[in-house]
Amino acid sequence: MTSKISRRAFLKGSITAAGSVAVTTGVARAAKSLAKEDIEPLVTVIDISKCVGCEECVYACQESNASKFPEPKKPYPKMYPSTVPVQDWSDKRDTTDRLTPYNWLFIQSATANVNGEEIELTIPRRCMHCENPPCVKLCPWGSAKQEDNGLSRIDPDICLGGSKCKAVCPWHIPQRQTGTGLYLNLLPALAGNGVMYKCDRCYQKLEKGENPACIDACPEDVQVIGPRSKMIEHAHALAKEMNGYIYGENENGGTNTIYVSPVPFDQLTFEKGDGKPHLDQVDNKMANGNNIARAMLIAPLAGAAAAFGKFYKQTKEDE
Amino acid sequence: MSSVHKVRKFVYGITLFFITLSGFGQMPIFARYHISHIPGLGWLAQFYVTHVIHYIFAVILIALCVYAVLDLFLDRKGFVRLTGSGILKGFFILGLVVTGGFMVVKNLPGVYFSHVMIYILDLSHIILCMALLGASAYSLVKRKAWTR
Repeated sequence: MTSKISRRAFLKGSITAAGSVAVTTGVARAAKSLAKEDIEPLVTVIDISKCVGCEECVYACQESNASKFPEPKKPYPKMYPSTVPVQDWSDKRDTTDRLTPYNWLFIQSATANVNGEEIELTIPRRCMHCENPPCVKLCPWGSAKQEDNGLSRIDPDICLGGSKCKAVCPWHIPQRQTGTGLYLNLLPALAGNGVMYKCDRCYQKLEKGENPACIDACPEDVQVIGPRSKMIEHAHALAKEMNGYIYGENENGGTNTIYVSPVPFDQLTFEKGDGKPHLDQVDNKMANGNNIARAMLIAPLAGAAAAFGKFYKQTKEDE
Repeated sequence: MSSVHKVRKFVYGITLFFITLSGFGQMPIFARYHISHIPGLGWLAQFYVTHVIHYIFAVILIALCVYAVLDLFLDRKGFVRLTGSGILKGFFILGLVVTGGFMVVKNLPGVYFSHVMIYILDLSHIILCMALLGASAYSLVKRKAWTR
């Protein structure tokens, strides 16, 4: 089921091939627009029952993204008020038991009781790549973006490290490194605090039609990647096969990471906290705002009705 | 001043206050500077709360704008009655509604805007907000009305 070449890359490749045959023709242009409409977000399905916790994916992730890791300069500028926390992971780059600015994927060990027997499961944890990611949508500085293949990523050249993305993320995934980024060139004492880092799904590899490093490095084929509709089908088939459970399909309105587990997720016991995300049910965090957005379409009508009402009343009174 | 005008002025004042406050609440500044630690102001650091409040007052502002513009036309005197500061504030509000509208669309599921587009929208929205606040403060101090 593992697709070596992403759907997007496949479409991109097909478009390039078609384009080379019929460059600048209307046919090529039409093919391109049709292909664009056909793009579906890419989803990864993670089969927890296969994971052996070997951390190959963790090291592959670190290697693939090493050039993106921060190189902060010390001493860090003094920040005001003094309660603003300095978050420095630059001397703890080897940490692999949680998410950090230098570790965007870690293996979470969980235990569960099945028929009176305690079993251990290991779960690769990283950004869920939400379908409607609050980290991207609510960033006040435009530092985060979502691409049409479903990945969300933070631009380290624009991010000021305010950590709002972490606060609004239902899993609090992004991690901050102080002493790096744009804020140093603005008002480092008064605003900003570094750069936020998280899994960007190896976008540089996806652009070349390759899989994210964690997927290819896995000796157990724990993860598969593909178009959303096919991956949802695959996840459900997998869950049916193992009489298992799904997490991520509907959490926060739907994510582009789906876990399949042989044990109900609410029966998993594991350490949660900063850099160690939960697996709880998550409502759609953006739903309230987007529901009110509909009222914005009615607002002009309400204003117009009030104005015409007043005008009608005045005309009646004048008569 | 008629009672309708008084209500309109009151609603505009309340809307401007809360939409600005909740708008600044989109930035992680209230917790950093301990403003949200003041009793009763904790909501300023809750991003989903300020987000919804901002949207609610945006609905009111849009309705109020349409009402005010139509009211000017319907009384047959039109924009001739607007003062210079009134025209300026009107343009700032229009800019805020347009850039805000794009940002609302951006927040819908399945909508992908580029970094540059998001950055331009965010920056122009805050600049327009500061300009409106400046123009409003000037009008208040100099006692400049919206209309002649």
